[in-house]
Amino acid sequence: MEKIFARPEALLDISTHYCPGCGHGIAHRLIAEVVDELGIREKTIGIAPVGCAVVAYDYWNFDCSEAAHGRALAVATAIKRVRPQNIVFTYQGDGDLAAIGTNETIHAANRGENLTVVFINNAVYGMTGGQMAPTTLLGQKTSTTINGRSRQMHGYPLKISEMLALLPGVHYIERVSFHNPQGVLRARQAIKQGFKNQIDNLGFSMVEILSPCPTYWGLSPKESLEWIREVMQKEFPLGMIK
Amino acid sequence: MSKKRILISGNEAIAAGAIHAGCNFYAGYPITPQNELIAYMAKHMPLSSPPGVFIQAESELAAISMVYGAAACGSRAMTSSSSPGVSLKQEGISYISGAQLPAVIVNIMRGGPGLGNIAPAQSDYFQATRGGGHGDYHLIVLAPASVQEAYDLTQKSFYLADKYRIAVMILGDGILGQMMEPINLFTQKNNTHILKPWALTGCKGRKPNIVKSFFLREGALEKFNLKLQKNYELIRRKEACYEGLFLEDARIILVAYGTMARIAKSAVSQLRLLGKKVGLIRPISLWPFPEKAFQSRSKKVKYLVVEMSYGQMLEDVKLAVSALAQVAFLCRSGGGITSEEEIIKKVKKIL
Repeated sequence: MEKIFARPEALLDISTHYCPGCGHGIAHRLIAEVVDELGIREKTIGIAPVGCAVVAYDYWNFDCSEAAHGRALAVATAIKRVRPQNIVFTYQGDGDLAAIGTNETIHAANRGENLTVVFINNAVYGMTGGQMAPTTLLGQKTSTTINGRSRQMHGYPLKISEMLALLPGVHYIERVSFHNPQGVLRARQAIKQGFKNQIDNLGFSMVEILSPCPTYWGLSPKESLEWIREVMQKEFPLGMIK
Repeated sequence: MSKKRILISGNEAIAAGAIHAGCNFYAGYPITPQNELIAYMAKHMPLSSPPGVFIQAESELAAISMVYGAAACGSRAMTSSSSPGVSLKQEGISYISGAQLPAVIVNIMRGGPGLGNIAPAQSDYFQATRGGGHGDYHLIVLAPASVQEAYDLTQKSFYLADKYRIAVMILGDGILGQMMEPINLFTQKNNTHILKPWALTGCKGRKPNIVKSFFLREGALEKFNLKLQKNYELIRRKEACYEGLFLEDARIILVAYGTMARIAKSAVSQLRLLGKKVGLIRPISLWPFPEKAFQSRSKKVKYLVVEMSYGQMLEDVKLAVSALAQVAFLCRSGGGITSEEEIIKKVKKIL
């Protein structure tokens, strides 16, 4: 019998620690599929974040490094500069990339580092128990915004992708979403584009993924997908930003 | 081996020493009084063969994380700063220590706390020798007292970093960084290439390498810490070093490091001319502290610790003599420097 679907070589056969309905597992797999498809597994170096995906390297079958919280793009910058022959990407959540690591993110992008960034936006801090993220929506309840995020108290959801798109060093930014299978397929294409850009030496590429966190949204996995489509995408519209 | 002799500042000598030791990655952020170092690296790293990588980072946090990334790939990586900047680097230094990455960090100390001033000081001794960031770790800390020694010890620090998979700190002060002295350029013999099978290079032909400091499984972190401690113990045994002067008959021994040791040395010379039995211990490695220099001495020997901080190395001296001998102390800080005259006055008082 012909085998038409299999686990990618770049993904290890290990059960993940993620909650039911979480988007991280999908994102890990899409990256692994793209890495295999582009034939770059043996020269890929991934940078895992601090956050729910801190042990992403336990699931991927290629070289990886941890970085301190927020510093992934500084670590990745150095790795790519000393080993330009390798393919280097960071995998970062919203707190990592757009709060504690905003400085590193902006400056790596502005230098036009030839890197690929996979940015998981689930509008909440998952690892630490559901606190407000820079991307938390107005009105969204978290453990540190118990009456919902208010613009007076907490400011607005940070649109880091739109901000980065202003920088001349940035080559490609697209926002995609895991709200349905078509969205996942679009995300896969965008991730592949991000890696291809690096192979072609085109500079900084980032894919922002709106990804479900049923646990800290207080929703079922199915409701979470609906919330992405009906609420989150209004604040964070999908599409090619640059 | 080149035998070129040049006139150069301490900051530039450290930079030159790094390049001659095969440093191929430098990231830094400007701060006084170490700016000659970053400028030298910007100019000379691209001229190395093969060219090294120089990055002016957006912050000290980024600079040390860049060093982490380059070191993770097996590069000989360095950053430099001065006290407030080194405080910021502590995050990355802890991660580098936790990931067992070899790296060299230069701290050309200035007065503190806070923004302090830009005058020389030695008040980061505790931060340097006790780890500095979170977690139970050490750096090897080397304290040059001349521009030549700054050059030599920088070369040695890359070798030690690779050998023990540890971060090495060159701890100097603003005087050492700024002053110019003639030095001999050479490539150190022990600067051998050490294989780094753990480095991130892409997993072609092997299992993936992971560089990390996260050990979540129960017991794993303790086990890892014991491994680190074993390494530290080995370093304590093998790498402590100091310079001794007139120790055989000394009734009072001055203890000072770096710039302060030069002034103390002058004081010793003056006192010897007066027939006073005075000696000097100049710790070159501050961690590991050269405890042996203090042991097996007569209990009648007295010590005078002189430092540009309010009793930081003093604690190590007290530990080393195990409270058997009288340990006096003399200091100034915040930019003030104890003078030769003050030391002589103090010694006469003790004698």
